[in-house]
Amino acid sequence: MIMFIQRAIIQGIPLLFGATGEILTEKSGHLNLGIPGIMYTGAIGGVIGAFLYENAVGPENINPALAIIIPLLCSIVLSLFMGLIYCFLTVTLRANQNVTGLALTTFGVGIGNFFGGSLIKLSGADVPSINLTATSNYFKAKLPFASSLGAVGEIVFSYSFLAYAAIIIALVAAFVLKKTRTGLHLRAVGENPATADAAGINVGKYKYCATCIGSVIAGLGGLFYIMDYAYGVWSNNGFGDRGWLAVALVIFSMWKPDISIIGSFIFGALLIVQNYIPNLSMSAQELIKMLPYVVTIVVLVIVSMRNKKENQPPASLGLPYFREDR
Amino acid sequence: MISGIYYPDSGEILVNGEEVSITSPKDAFNYRIGMIHQHFKLVDVFTATENIILGLKDGPEGYDVKKAAQKIREISEQYGFDIDPDKKIYEMSVSEKQTVEIIKVLYRGADILMLDEPTAVLTPQETRKLFAVLRRMKQDGKAVVIITHKLHEVLDISDKVAVLRKGEYIGTVNTAGTNETQLTEMMVGQKVVLNIDRTEPVNPEPRLIVAHLNCMNREGIKVLDDVTFTANSGEILGIAGIAGSGQRELLETIAGLQPMVTGGVQYIVPETGEIEFLRDKTPLQIRELGIRLSFVPEDRLGMGLVATMGTTDNMLLRSYKKGKGLFLNKKEPKELAEKIIKELQVVTPGVNTPVRRLSGGNVQKVLVGREIAAAPRVLMAAYPVRGLDINSSYTIYNLLNKQKEMGVAVIFVGEDLDVLLELCDRIMVIGSGTVTGVVDARTATKEEIGLLMTKEVRTDEQ
Repeated sequence: MIMFIQRAIIQGIPLLFGATGEILTEKSGHLNLGIPGIMYTGAIGGVIGAFLYENAVGPENINPALAIIIPLLCSIVLSLFMGLIYCFLTVTLRANQNVTGLALTTFGVGIGNFFGGSLIKLSGADVPSINLTATSNYFKAKLPFASSLGAVGEIVFSYSFLAYAAIIIALVAAFVLKKTRTGLHLRAVGENPATADAAGINVGKYKYCATCIGSVIAGLGGLFYIMDYAYGVWSNNGFGDRGWLAVALVIFSMWKPDISIIGSFIFGALLIVQNYIPNLSMSAQELIKMLPYVVTIVVLVIVSMRNKKENQPPASLGLPYFREDR
Repeated sequence: MISGIYYPDSGEILVNGEEVSITSPKDAFNYRIGMIHQHFKLVDVFTATENIILGLKDGPEGYDVKKAAQKIREISEQYGFDIDPDKKIYEMSVSEKQTVEIIKVLYRGADILMLDEPTAVLTPQETRKLFAVLRRMKQDGKAVVIITHKLHEVLDISDKVAVLRKGEYIGTVNTAGTNETQLTEMMVGQKVVLNIDRTEPVNPEPRLIVAHLNCMNREGIKVLDDVTFTANSGEILGIAGIAGSGQRELLETIAGLQPMVTGGVQYIVPETGEIEFLRDKTPLQIRELGIRLSFVPEDRLGMGLVATMGTTDNMLLRSYKKGKGLFLNKKEPKELAEKIIKELQVVTPGVNTPVRRLSGGNVQKVLVGREIAAAPRVLMAAYPVRGLDINSSYTIYNLLNKQKEMGVAVIFVGEDLDVLLELCDRIMVIGSGTVTGVVDARTATKEEIGLLMTKEVRTDEQ
């Protein structure tokens, strides 16, 4: 049982990163469907950084701090780059957000597989994957007292620093959105950019910042997946459809980062529950894997039926803002 | 312009005797100028307080909603507003929303307040409340500019009146030394002779009877109040009124695009004299009866034509249901398009050029040509000449006259009183969603119509 909860949480963390990033973006009125691609590039960014560093110094003399900082920076730079592309197209050029986002997802997966494939070739491995266990071990470093605290320690304190970062980022995002003037302005931009503009808020700046920060956060989800969940083993397309699950999680948590923490654990549990039910047939396993999406649809139906304005998506989500259209 | 949304091409703005340049709403705030727009700029899911402090910088105490709410309560008390700072905007009535807008401006410390048609959305009681607040501001030493078309309100609240007509400054008078008639004269101006050929109606008979029509707009505000009139065949019925008095809603209701709350529209079939009730009909069925809504100008390309399609394809929009089989019949629409282009002298490179690329007058001609080609029995045209040059305007007038001679009942919504007086046979005047009078266009004067346009049917005299 403890094992199950642990695995569920670890499964949920990448989703939490993705969802927090996407919520920030959507709160500025931009539906970034490029999130799966951005998470994928965030992952490959980390892999590239770690691979180059490991190869440069050799696995024996790795400096723990650099082993974390280099992949982290590479991951951030790549996902920031993806966020900037999206911003430039949708904010500055006012391109269609759905089309841009989907294109970015395809692009991101392409980048990931391209560099992934190249690195696999460089490493000369006989299996189609890259093994970065050395770096991964530093990312997976746990709190030293975790195992001494019994079950509570196992469930609460047995994760790597990125997992705690995910939860802290989500909480900070929730606080910023709810309790600060920046959050108020950001929400105003997403709800009604014309009003925000008339109130003297720089709409473009808020959209850019929210989307780029959101992309970086989402990219960290990819990094966590590769370095922690996957033990530093990259194989092309290994990331699966977690990016889309993150987008679903945004809807599930009704655009609230604090709820998405719980939501990500539930999603994580639903994702792996089939491994803990004995004697399942293949088809039953696949059916159970659908559960997160089913739950999302159910939440969407309930929220729409209750029709409470606070739980609806930002009013101008997906709409480009033209200043002239008054 | 003063509030910084538009920038002047020439001229200067003086604030407290100093020349200033206002390039953004922020600049206007800095000069303590606050504008209350007719369309509220509020975020629906925010509370009143959140909307009021939106865009401001944090004070020394940081981001403190409670303190802001307290300050809002103080302002409300000072001027006599009635508002709950924690209420969400989407739960508010229109007048509450307006109050939020006014407090927003006061909260920023504005000394000059400008209100654009503030009473258009208010009930008479709410209007009185607003005026009481405005008077208190005046005593407080604030300058209040109120833009309105309701003359009795002008006389009621103002000290000085500046009259504008079509963007031109006519003059300023002291309210104490003027009356409604003088202001109306200043507003409508001298009569201009246009020489539009007008024929006598040929045996007019009722074609469309609108009875006790009530209609709400999307915000739930009553836009049509007990409208009753008859449109005759072979006659042009003009509809005069200040923009936004319910003309658009009236036409859309007849065309079946807006639901009627109560009341009904009867259409009398010319051959048989049968009566058809439009209430139970879909827009398509209404169209098939020969009732055509020709165009709504605010949205010339949006509602009538598809901007990126050529003239032929736009013709097709009205006839695609006639085709048999799987494929579109493009031959007839193409012939029609060519005919319209030739007869109405539409300037276009070809029948397949997207109508978006044509000038306004030519778009208008394509649209009206298509509707007329369908041989309508009732033709409704809203502001068909808005933005057109003189020649195109006359082409449209002649088209409408030709339809009238053919026995069509034409309903013409216009804004230029001179045109209405020379083109129409009868003119119905609408003011704030009610019919304030029907006059004979051959004998009526501009002043007469002007007074009717600004007349308010007061429902609760006290």
